[in-house]
Amino acid sequence: MNKTYFEIIRSGINSTFQDLGRENLYHIGIPFSGAMDKRNFLISNALTGNKKDTAALEFAYQGPLMKLKNGKINFAITGDVNFNIIRNSSKIEKGNCYQTYNLEHDEQIDIISTNKSIYGYFSIKGEFDIKPFWGSCSINTKAKIGPNDGNKISKNQKIYLNNVEGNFNTKKLNYINSKIEYIRVIKGTNFNYFSENAKKFFFNEKFTISKLSDRMGMRLEGKKIENIVDTNIKSEGLIRGVIQIPGDGNPIIMLSDHGTIGGYPKIAVVISADYDKLVQLQPASKIKFKSVELPEAEKLYNYYNIETESLIKQIS
Amino acid sequence: MIKNISNLGDAALYCDFGTEINKEINSNVIKYFRNIQKNKIPSITNIIPSYNKLIITFDLSKIKYQELKEIIEKIKLDNLEKNDEKVIKIPVCCDKEYSLDLQRLSKNLNLSEEKILDLYFGKEYFCYMTGFIAGMPFLGDIDKKIRLKRLETPRVKVPKGSVGVTEQFCNVYTFESPGGWNIIGNTPLKVFNKSNEKNPALINPGDTVLFYKIKKEEYLNWNE
Repeated sequence: MNKTYFEIIRSGINSTFQDLGRENLYHIGIPFSGAMDKRNFLISNALTGNKKDTAALEFAYQGPLMKLKNGKINFAITGDVNFNIIRNSSKIEKGNCYQTYNLEHDEQIDIISTNKSIYGYFSIKGEFDIKPFWGSCSINTKAKIGPNDGNKISKNQKIYLNNVEGNFNTKKLNYINSKIEYIRVIKGTNFNYFSENAKKFFFNEKFTISKLSDRMGMRLEGKKIENIVDTNIKSEGLIRGVIQIPGDGNPIIMLSDHGTIGGYPKIAVVISADYDKLVQLQPASKIKFKSVELPEAEKLYNYYNIETESLIKQIS
Repeated sequence: MIKNISNLGDAALYCDFGTEINKEINSNVIKYFRNIQKNKIPSITNIIPSYNKLIITFDLSKIKYQELKEIIEKIKLDNLEKNDEKVIKIPVCCDKEYSLDLQRLSKNLNLSEEKILDLYFGKEYFCYMTGFIAGMPFLGDIDKKIRLKRLETPRVKVPKGSVGVTEQFCNVYTFESPGGWNIIGNTPLKVFNKSNEKNPALINPGDTVLFYKIKKEEYLNWNE
């Protein structure tokens, strides 16, 4: 029997396989990677009845246009995404996120764009025919590791699928990605490197997200954050969510594919509960920070997880 | 020893070993790193050693800061085993096309290019940490006479294999990457090799590195 696969007609801007990421490699310079928006990633796997760490195809802004060959599949797309299903009858069906669909041989999925957000997830019932590298199927395009030789998906390639057979009942979830008014942070280890005025600005002013943002980091523009101690620190480890202030006074937030060592002062760290919302903010949109203490951040993360689990239970 | 532990965000411990950079403090960081790694403390997701800090990330859905802090505080140094450090030899070609900043270094330091290279190759270096990009070693300390700041405007692309110096440190760019270190040569050796799944980074914290000069002909015909 011929294997089921997708033919990639258009690759999209940055389409990569992602799962829950790669652990215990920071010390050699390899970051977590993994799905940027974990909640939407988990929901996409739950809709298609997969295990929670099954790799999904993550896309940014515009996703792929792909044609199914040799078989029938069941899939779901999550996020805030415009997509069409091009049926064999040439009929174009407008797709809804958070709902599973069936797709037949020669039918196509056209992931047109994400709506006022960046990342979306495409899951199939079964799995993509890819192998984990260092414990994860996440593609890290910078270190060139993970499936597809560590490269993003490209035009004309084939993506083979495994174990796509099974029960094809439609599953659905009523969910709308909520907007966020501010990103909550915990003060960083170098918070006192900044002037009193700068600290005030940091929590009172809005920053604009720059176009120079990707899976590695998000650059912000706005009032300059004045450093009164030293614009460099001795290089040390970085983690996801750290907000560094380099010499030019413009904040940079470390995202999932970030460099693991850095020498700029850390003014704050985004709390775990707000990370999924942060990564979805588009360039040119505004961002405002709010300071919270550690116990509150821990509680908020717990609520966030409970909420994600309850969403997954609502799938019917 | 760890002087202070604080939180970095809600899912990481920031262990401070002091403000200075020296081999002794860094050796302690590395000992802690290896000990924690060996003990496989559940819910720890990453341990990141650097000159004088150790950052430990954890799964916030499994453990909280205070609980893990108490576990780390209980670790005793006398339980630590001896490390298995290696000595690694790295060939470097310093021909003009590879030593992008040697001329400027010579001018700014008021030393001949030969003298700079003599001082550079005349020492062995200690690996403080690896990272920033996969497998990049942060080595030190270079001779006081050849210390210089980073480039004012970092290069957008530093060629793969470049050997750089800045302040008291030297490094090897394991991938083409942006960077601001002063480049004095290039190595044909694969310092990061992902096909070596168990030990992809040739140089690890605690290792000793010895650079030696090779001719362009040897560089071009290098075969690992």
